Amino acid sequence: MRIFDPHIHMTSRTTDDYQAMHAAGVRALVEPAFWLGQPRTAPESFLDYFDSLLGWEPFRAAQYGIAHHCTLALNPKEANDPRCTPVLEELPRYLVKDGVVAVGEIGYDSMTPAEDTALAAQLDLAAGHSLPALVHTPHRDKLAGLRRTLDVVAESRLPVDRVLVDHLNETTVKEARESGCWLGFSVYPDTKMDEHRMVAVLREYGPERVLVNSAADWGNSDPLTTRKVGEAMLAAGFSEDDVDRVLWRNPVAFFGLSGRLALDPAMPEALHEGNSILRGGE
Amino acid sequence: MLTTHEELRTCLSTKANAWLDSALADADDAARQGPNGPSGRDIPRWELRFAAAGRECGDPQAAQAVRVLLLHTARPNPADVARLYARGTGDERRAVVAALPYLPLTPAEGVPLIEDALRSNDVRLIAAAVGPYAAVLDAHAWRHAVLKCLFTGVPPAAVAGLADRALGDAELGRMLRDFAAERTAAGRPVPDGLTHVLALTAKGA
Ligand SMILES: [Zn+2]
Repeated sequence: MRIFDPHIHMTSRTTDDYQAMHAAGVRALVEPAFWLGQPRTAPESFLDYFDSLLGWEPFRAAQYGIAHHCTLALNPKEANDPRCTPVLEELPRYLVKDGVVAVGEIGYDSMTPAEDTALAAQLDLAAGHSLPALVHTPHRDKLAGLRRTLDVVAESRLPVDRVLVDHLNETTVKEARESGCWLGFSVYPDTKMDEHRMVAVLREYGPERVLVNSAADWGNSDPLTTRKVGEAMLAAGFSEDDVDRVLWRNPVAFFGLSGRLALDPAMPEALHEGNSILRGGE
Repeated sequence: MLTTHEELRTCLSTKANAWLDSALADADDAARQGPNGPSGRDIPRWELRFAAAGRECGDPQAAQAVRVLLLHTARPNPADVARLYARGTGDERRAVVAALPYLPLTPAEGVPLIEDALRSNDVRLIAAAVGPYAAVLDAHAWRHAVLKCLFTGVPPAAVAGLADRALGDAELGRMLRDFAAERTAAGRPVPDGLTHVLALTAKGA
């Protein structure tokens, strides 16, 4: 089973996770820029984070045979903090880089005017850079948040078929699907979907334009839920081809819209064979 | 060694070659304009090319050679070189480090970039940092660079001018012997290549 996790925050994960993910079949992932749990107080703090998503994390992932890409953005939560919003002016320098396969995560947190502005501005940046966009739906007031998100997308110059709306569930999937966007589901303990509910959604709506991710981060999360979904799908009678479509071909198709996916994580052989860095150079 | 435009031409597709032609023209423009180029938030066109080289060239090695050639052609000022390094992807940082011998930087401007690269734990960046430009490092920094290569699994062959500079370096020899002793005490293998470098330090001493 080859797996592409289209939404996982590896910055918050250990090398054990990389190892376990590779063993489970994960060969590619996308790490969206998001809130770190600790508020940032300056744009430079974002730039250091972006640099890490473009340098250190891809290197770390490559050591475990996993291709790492990222999406960059000012996240909805920190879009409300005037100390952070100047990073929007720095984004154009970053969105041109190899390895950036979308603008994201953008969207709503508390549905404030500042979030409206940041979402519209960043959808426009995506259109201007020929990138798709990863838009999450809020944790609270989800259905209203989805509707407002889809309205802003419709008003933007980014076509809806270049938008992945994430953290969907049973209450939001139908309207999201009708809009024509790509459909992301986070299988995440307690607060989001689980693998059995995911299988039920796939039964009802089919695998078309559906992406499944672990959204694993610094919270109580599990980087292997993608694999669990694959197994639950097989157990429920889906074919290997259906599983491959959801866990590999759909994310490749969506992020491939950027023209920047490079799915060979190979390292230079001479270095790879050596005693490469583990735990700080051991 | 700088890969020339002619050499690159042979390993790129027709489409990538057309892209490279116009990228180099942008870099030429930047070199001609010098400090009169775009300022503030406008991104110079050649820098957009520098960022996009990976996806435009396809082959990762060719893309790195293209980045070095673009830097060589555009001749950015020291502040821009430092920014391109500091705000670069892993590939971009390695290209800046590899281009240092061809850029008009003083050692005071170039060495901090090499030192930063040597502080990293990305073995690809470390390998780039011990290229020809590392000749400007002082004895202490250079010895630690060699030791870090052995420690992190970068083959000592990556160290430019190793045989000449290690020759008869008793202090480097001591550092290597201590490192080997530490590994042996821990029941762990001594890295490949250590004996070779150690033999160099013993020569002509
Ligand atoms: Zn997330």
